[in-house]
Amino acid sequence: MIEFRIDPRSGVAPYRQLVQQVRQALRLGLLHEGDQLPTVKDVVAQVAINPNTVLKAYRELEHEGLVAGRPGRGTFVTRSLADESLAAHQALRGDLARWLGKARQAGLDDDSIAALFESTFRATADEDVA
Amino acid sequence: MTALATDDVGKRYGRRWALRNCTLEVPEGRVVGLVGANGAGKTTLLHLAVGLLEPSEGAITVLGGRPGAGADQLARVGFLAQDAPVYPSLTVGEHLRLGRQLNPRWDRDLTDGRIARLGLDLGQRAGKLSGGQRSQLALTLAMGKRPELLVLDEPVSSLDPLARREFLGDLMELVAEHGPTVVLSSHLLSDVERVCDHLVVLAQGQVRLEGPVDELLASHRVLTGPRRDTRSLPSGQHLVQESHTDRQTTLLVRTTEPILDPRWTVADIGLEELVLAYMSRPATDGPAAELAAVPS
Repeated sequence: MIEFRIDPRSGVAPYRQLVQQVRQALRLGLLHEGDQLPTVKDVVAQVAINPNTVLKAYRELEHEGLVAGRPGRGTFVTRSLADESLAAHQALRGDLARWLGKARQAGLDDDSIAALFESTFRATADEDVA
Repeated sequence: MTALATDDVGKRYGRRWALRNCTLEVPEGRVVGLVGANGAGKTTLLHLAVGLLEPSEGAITVLGGRPGAGADQLARVGFLAQDAPVYPSLTVGEHLRLGRQLNPRWDRDLTDGRIARLGLDLGQRAGKLSGGQRSQLALTLAMGKRPELLVLDEPVSSLDPLARREFLGDLMELVAEHGPTVVLSSHLLSDVERVCDHLVVLAQGQVRLEGPVDELLASHRVLTGPRRDTRSLPSGQHLVQESHTDRQTTLLVRTTEPILDPRWTVADIGLEELVLAYMSRPATDGPAAELAAVPS
């Protein structure tokens, strides 16, 4: 079972924070196929948020095919995100480290690197959508 | 069904209008945050909703009936007044017994369970409780009657941060389990953002903004760019707030269309910023009508 938290200062909508936390837990292998997510009642009592926020997050996860609701029993994980990409992490991390080295050599400071990554990430994400 | 509907409601004290031109519609099952400066008319609106006050003009409907009309209507509405009033000379246990005897739908499991979890002593006189404990007792009583509409006037203002979180958690648990409509007023916008899915902003006795939180946030954008005249905004962009320096212009606009002008940097808005913008907006002629004209 995972425990949610809501950061009011993150600027990220609360339902999106819940979605991200489930995805993160799936990626890190903290949640496996068949695991149950906390019930709506438990989540709202624990983190004091509107039940519709939790429902919306669970609906989105369901839509993504990551969880499925079983009537009267709860919401369960149907797919893991961990094993699919974990193997590739090592090589990608190496590439990224080399790239970061080059960026620093070129005189970019941390903020510039983050900004460059962010804008490139967004540009390529937009291309994927288009 | 509509839990709470007001049609051009006004309330006058002597010559002063505490609330005017108030038209609202709150669907059932919502958790409504009522926000506004002190004296904006929040308590007046809540008192009208529970039947403690009669409107000077207009009509108000609660769960399909007139507020406070008869025992049946009263049983369906729970109200927690601002200072969490309890009977000082009665004990906690006597409050629970009174609630049980006076309310046909009393939920004993809920109230007894809650009092036990809060660690309140049944033999303690309510007058000896701390402010926070008194609020918790009063909320327990309001929850215990299992209302279809629960009206809370600044329920967390006297609570410490931990008690506040527990209080809101319990309230949300009740909503998840039994689905009452909740209307609560608060100055704490971070709490409103957490627990409310519907927002009403009052200022100077008038409704400045009203609607589902998601829709309100999705239909407002902050634009920053080089200084320019705002009279040339596209027709689909309704100007809420503007500020200018000698070089820069910052606007808050209400629109459902994408911002196409490349000179603007476009940002989403948070609930707190949105509420403050509408609270500080000067009164205009017929703000409700003006806002209603914007498609959402």
